[in-house]
Amino acid sequence: MTTTPTRKRAGKSPHDMARIPQRGGSTLGYWLYFIPGAILVGVVIFWPIVRNFRLSFFHWRGGRAEESFAGLDNWIALFQDEEFIRSFGNIILVVVAMVIIPTLLGLIVAAALFDVVGRRFGGKISSFLRATYYLPQILPIAVAGVMFSWILKPNSDGVLNQFLSFITGSDVTVNWLGGSYGTAMGSVMVLMIWIQLGYPVVIFMAALQRVDPELYEAAELDGAHWYQRFQAITLPMIRPEVFVVALTTTIAALKVFAPVFILTAGGPNKSTYVPSFYAYNEFINGTDKGYAAAIASAITIVVFVVAVIFIRVQNRAERKDA
Amino acid sequence: MATTAIGSPSAPDTAANNKTRPRTGGEWIVLILTIIGALVIFFPFLLLLLNAFKSPADYANSSPLDFPTSFSVEGIQTFWVEQNFPRALWNSVFISTMVALIAVVISVLNAFAIGIGRVKGRTWLVLVFLMANLVPQEMLFDPLFNLYDEIGLLSNPWSVIITFVVIQSAFGTYLLSSLYGTFPKEILEAAALDGASRWRTLRSVIVPVSRPTINVLMVFFFIWTWNEFLLPLAFLNTSDSLTVPLLLEQLNGERQTDTTTLIAGTLISIIPTIIFFLIFQRTLTRGITAGAVK
Repeated sequence: MTTTPTRKRAGKSPHDMARIPQRGGSTLGYWLYFIPGAILVGVVIFWPIVRNFRLSFFHWRGGRAEESFAGLDNWIALFQDEEFIRSFGNIILVVVAMVIIPTLLGLIVAAALFDVVGRRFGGKISSFLRATYYLPQILPIAVAGVMFSWILKPNSDGVLNQFLSFITGSDVTVNWLGGSYGTAMGSVMVLMIWIQLGYPVVIFMAALQRVDPELYEAAELDGAHWYQRFQAITLPMIRPEVFVVALTTTIAALKVFAPVFILTAGGPNKSTYVPSFYAYNEFINGTDKGYAAAIASAITIVVFVVAVIFIRVQNRAERKDA
Repeated sequence: MATTAIGSPSAPDTAANNKTRPRTGGEWIVLILTIIGALVIFFPFLLLLLNAFKSPADYANSSPLDFPTSFSVEGIQTFWVEQNFPRALWNSVFISTMVALIAVVISVLNAFAIGIGRVKGRTWLVLVFLMANLVPQEMLFDPLFNLYDEIGLLSNPWSVIITFVVIQSAFGTYLLSSLYGTFPKEILEAAALDGASRWRTLRSVIVPVSRPTINVLMVFFFIWTWNEFLLPLAFLNTSDSLTVPLLLEQLNGERQTDTTTLIAGTLISIIPTIIFFLIFQRTLTRGITAGAVK
């Protein structure tokens, strides 16, 4: 099966591109328009990055205290720091909860809503359901977190515990968020899935509209199953969107902070630490801001590396397509 | 799969016929499953609605799944008055509106130079601006905290506004640059023939033409800023300066907080978002898609 190119490629020659016709043809004047943006991005983004990278080679108690040069001390300590390593281990579970499960589930829900519900039961029902799936996406994460921490309260206060007691008939008193690593991390993951699912659903449904319905009808006439059509037509067609969802949610997963801060505050026993929370905590409560800066710098490097890898892979895939 | 109604006896089934064929059992199952999924997603909101209007005594004596025995606005009143919700609401509205407006202006200026001006090294420039979106916030927070402390901006909404203008305009610059890169040449030539300066062309031609995208960006900047947590948490420390998510989080952290107040507070904190969602639903859907595939 040949797939038509999924996107219009910008195949214009430089001559057709936008540009206000110039007298003299200088683009120098355009640099003036960067002034506000450049000053702001310099002060708010690049100065902190440089400062923290530099600080990661120093010991500093903060405030008026003297900085003392530490060389690679902080960076070496980082790789022997169990909490740091554990916090990155948890990121794997966060990626499962924010990237893998929502993307797979989102594919299924989007295909079901678009293919079956939208076509056979009407667009109104399918857009209403889509809006419901999307709703958690626009809630402030902090508000969603407070709502979940109320539902997951320990002992017989908790909504979930009361619900389970009602079903099982016996008294359920699980300390979901503070009891064990398993239930705490599981709860954080459920919150993340609940928040994230709507994003791929909306994006994939929009992508499906781009697929030519005649392709489906042809496949249907050829006797292809729903699943065969999904695999042979749908998936290849919406690959760019799958890629975008994977990239943006992976980066969001690496930077995740609020769900952990609100639900578990890293507990029980620091077991649910994620890197971002660890860095924040060290900056606020730690004794060495140099070490905190090293943690933050390490996360920044990882985020940039992941972004570059993703974009490389995408470019290669596009070139293969073309 | 149960949805294989293809090999049915009435084989010479044309595509047009196909649309009117009766719904199969499998299709009903798919519909029911997607509805159940939506109910699961909606369930926490339902719990809030059930419990936000219970009096503390009613809440203590009933299951969270029971209907309230009487309609009480005690929790809502406490949250509204004692926690000064209107103040937090105003802070959130002010911060998010300012960020949406200023970040769009910055995005347009950057994108004008990159997309229309096609300055040298523009690909790199887009990447430089995108860094603002990529960098983890914990990398920014300590240096910026010290900076804002020195210039007296801590617990001042402008600390958050300045920071998020930069972070949001990164995405705006990226999106508008690719849009302006394919801006119709004829329009620009017409403007140049009429003797319009660059600034004039930007203001009277390019901005009006790209208005739909600019509106989408403003809606997104507003809601993204509204939902932010880490940096506002770090910069806004007085009770007067809290935003809606911060106020609720702070209430959640206090031990003596009454549960009904917390539930009512959560419900009230969600309402502005829901209203916003209902007003801008179309714009949001259009925008998510525009961002995904430029």
